[in-house]
Amino acid sequence: MTSAAGVVVVGGGQAGFSVVSTLRASGYGGPVAVFAAEPHLPYQRPPLSKKAHTEPDGVRVELVPESFYRERDIDLRLGEDVIALDPAARTVLTRAGRRVTYDHLVLATGAHNRPLSVPGAELDGVHALRSLDDALTIGRALTTAREVVVVGGGFIGLELAQVARARGARVTVVELTDRLLSRAVSAELEPRLRERHERASVRILTGTAVQALEALEGSGRVGRVVTSQGVLPADLVVYGIGAIPRDDLAREAGLAVDDGVVVDEQLRSVTDPRISAVGDCARHPHPHAEGLVRLESVQNAIDQGALVGRRLAGSPAGYESLPWFWSDQGEIKLQIAGLRTPSDAVRLVAGDSPDRLAAYAFRDGRLVAVETLNWPAEHLSARRLLERRTPVSAAELAGTTLGALVRARRAAEVRA
Amino acid sequence: MPTVIFQLPDGTERKVTAESGTALMQAAVSNGVEGIVAECGGNASCATCHVYVADAQCELVGPPNDVEDEMLDFTAAERRPTSRLSCQIQLSDALDGLVVHVPEEQV
Repeated sequence: MTSAAGVVVVGGGQAGFSVVSTLRASGYGGPVAVFAAEPHLPYQRPPLSKKAHTEPDGVRVELVPESFYRERDIDLRLGEDVIALDPAARTVLTRAGRRVTYDHLVLATGAHNRPLSVPGAELDGVHALRSLDDALTIGRALTTAREVVVVGGGFIGLELAQVARARGARVTVVELTDRLLSRAVSAELEPRLRERHERASVRILTGTAVQALEALEGSGRVGRVVTSQGVLPADLVVYGIGAIPRDDLAREAGLAVDDGVVVDEQLRSVTDPRISAVGDCARHPHPHAEGLVRLESVQNAIDQGALVGRRLAGSPAGYESLPWFWSDQGEIKLQIAGLRTPSDAVRLVAGDSPDRLAAYAFRDGRLVAVETLNWPAEHLSARRLLERRTPVSAAELAGTTLGALVRARRAAEVRA
Repeated sequence: MPTVIFQLPDGTERKVTAESGTALMQAAVSNGVEGIVAECGGNASCATCHVYVADAQCELVGPPNDVEDEMLDFTAAERRPTSRLSCQIQLSDALDGLVVHVPEEQV
């Protein structure tokens, strides 16, 4: 059985939603279908690790109500997993055995959690967080958990650590590498971030490997975490140790895949221009990066989805959005604008209040990325300057802030 | 349930009804009001849900909070005395009939 062609989107996350909402907002009148593996209306993920647990009834996370799709004639297929792709026939096959034809296919399949491969990972009380259902499960577990071990000192792990603290549990973060957020933030900023977590009574063990999870005697529930530095009591273990793109559909269909579906600057598969990939599952060129990158962020999911939506509605463009990220970790608001590489020179700058800090990253004397703690104005200023590719030199920034620079430039524009 | 009116840059109006306690931004997004981007989902991280509150209602809505005040200096469209981030306005029956203008650009 086949249905009408048009645009078929595989994946009902933020990126898939962005594709279809932009298609309709841009005037595309053809058939539009979305296949979403989960039974829920497309929802926001950021609150799941930041907010949903602190509000017992959960927070409303759906992006838009069901009527949005109906009013725009978007065929939303919840709980209908796509299991195969045939680029030659231009069809996808759903788990239910339905074959669907497309004119253009968009892969917005996201990523799944890297599994915790240690003995005992299957015990009760051990959870990863990606989906709304995961968040609800962890939220329930947090109502009684006293000893929480968080495996992984990345965004999800640190957000969850603070959520668990706010719920009154003792919390230990176990991180394999020698620092927190080792890829996301600079070595210069990291100690300041770590200090704030420790001040909030989160115990942090870096350079520590989790070797096994052990059950309480006579139960299937986790009771201890065995690490390279000793044994930790635990009645709840949550882990966030990275994500793996869901690119198996593309790989099995013979498309180029390299830790993500390889696409060109317009986000078309380099193997088949009738297929695009957006969001966490896409590996793409980017003017702010050398070589191909795969970005895991809401901004990237929204902007890539919108770019493909506009292209399919008749306005092609290359992808060049400035990457930005944010993470709310208890009282700590971490925001990042731009892409830093390990060889960039980093300068720490104190903010106008003690809890504020910025790290400016320079490459060849030019500002390329800015990390801030609790300093939204500086983050927004960084985005404004970096987005417009306004050059900012290290010399210009000596003794001042980006906020002051933006204000001065705006004042100069008004005078001109 | 309060009803609010979004005046869009093209001159059209969108009337939206939402439960008390809902953020104005969420009311806009849930109803597909164009021009309220809200990239961060209401976490005061992005300044892409900027609105101008109708002059006569500014006092009723109240002033921005500190973080919001700081962020409003860096919105894509110009800041005015009536500027607010819609994610920081909680709807209530007292705000029934609120009118806000959506700026030309958010990002």
